[in-house]
Amino acid sequence: MADDQHTATLPLPADAWHRAQGARMVPFAGYAMPIQYEGIVAEHLWTRENAGLFDVSHMGQLLITGAGAAEALEAILPSNIKEIGRDRVRYSLLLAEDGGILDDLMVTNRPDGLFVIVNGACKHDDIAYLREHLPDEVTINHIEDRALFAVQGPKAVDALRRLIPGCEAMFFMEASRFSWGDQLLEVSRSGYTGEDGFEVSVPVDYAESFAEVLCSLPEVKPVGLGARDSLRLEAGLPLYGHDLNDTVDPVEGNASFAIQKRRREEGGFPGADRILKALRDGPARKLAGFTVAGKMPVREGAPLFAGERQVGTVTSGGFSPSLDHPIGMALIDAAYSASGAVLDAEVRGRRVPVTTAAMPFVPHRYHRRGVA
Amino acid sequence: MMRYFTEDHEWIDVADSGETATVGITDYAQGQLGDIVFVELPASGTRLTKGGDAAVVESVKAASDVYAPVSGTVSEGNPSLEGEPALVNTAAETDGWFFTLVLDDRSELEGLMDEAAYKAFVDSL
Repeated sequence: MADDQHTATLPLPADAWHRAQGARMVPFAGYAMPIQYEGIVAEHLWTRENAGLFDVSHMGQLLITGAGAAEALEAILPSNIKEIGRDRVRYSLLLAEDGGILDDLMVTNRPDGLFVIVNGACKHDDIAYLREHLPDEVTINHIEDRALFAVQGPKAVDALRRLIPGCEAMFFMEASRFSWGDQLLEVSRSGYTGEDGFEVSVPVDYAESFAEVLCSLPEVKPVGLGARDSLRLEAGLPLYGHDLNDTVDPVEGNASFAIQKRRREEGGFPGADRILKALRDGPARKLAGFTVAGKMPVREGAPLFAGERQVGTVTSGGFSPSLDHPIGMALIDAAYSASGAVLDAEVRGRRVPVTTAAMPFVPHRYHRRGVA
Repeated sequence: MMRYFTEDHEWIDVADSGETATVGITDYAQGQLGDIVFVELPASGTRLTKGGDAAVVESVKAASDVYAPVSGTVSEGNPSLEGEPALVNTAAETDGWFFTLVLDDRSELEGLMDEAAYKAFVDSL
């Protein structure tokens, strides 16, 4: 797994603050990260009803600038980068030559350049890839002097607007800048829990005070990586290194929404032959959700069978605190991936029936423009 | 009744007769595992070998093996855990017991820790 590439464990900028909150810290993506504070289920349910503060400072924050940056980025990403509106955020993918996914990322068209957030475990490889594939006129600045927090949940807006008035005017996948004292916060209305919420880039020297002030508000509690994983799984959001990897193309990985119409017509991105063919003819396998009757979780790596034939492999599996039963995602042969198929998972040598299901498992509650 | 502990955080209560015992995981272990959502128990009649797999405890995050503190034959799994696996969180060392068994050889208890030794062991972790 990519997490093992960087053996040194770095502290997050707010490391001492997490420990003071009672966090249990674990190594993840090269950092000591809080996995939980009071407990995964309590933190999960708190986020779904109130607001959770997640420290995602391990993720890579990159600023890509220079003449022709958007054109250059568009040549290696499958999304319409040139057409991202000012202060809009778009989901995209870094692709290998054969169309396999190297990472998933968020691109924001900021006034100072294209701001890209990549996964923590992949960030060094991503930067090397970008340096190799972008022309010399385009500069990649790895922003290491800013921490990154996500404030997620239905009350995230109530809390954050008291700290930075005006943030409530943004809609899902929009970004803006706000003053916080004499500091500048880069804020987007986005996240990876399925809830309304924000991601906030904060100068590292102010990471602890930002976390402290937010968690002093009655709506907000710190939430660890454990609940981050169960929340994103319920929201049907794939996790790189698990549901997506370099053998999975965007069509198989349910991520073809990252490829807008013009790019499908024009092609001209890594792996376009394979990806456009899969869009035309349908993929051989597909990332699908499944539910489990009973209480026994079916974890990552479990094979799925139709009769005696293996037709898939679980890529993420766990227990849904909101639904109170196990759920998961699996890469499944296309013929068996439609919702409602009953398959057998093999867990510790025993067969357990699972039913493929539409995702998200818990409805998204994004604050979308044009939706009341 | 005498209680012993393993370094893998199982406890075993041995009846005064020395022939039967009850096994569970310690309060320290449940705290490390977090919210427990499922426990897979051995069926009655299952032969267990000291140090071998005996049960599986699933938290929200992960599945963890529970090992047999001694060799023996399972007489009963705790039926309460089927409907309420969180009993392991709330009462790990009492109502949240895992299974009872008939011991093969009580000399296997030698080398297990008593309560004081286990407490010192946990404090050293």
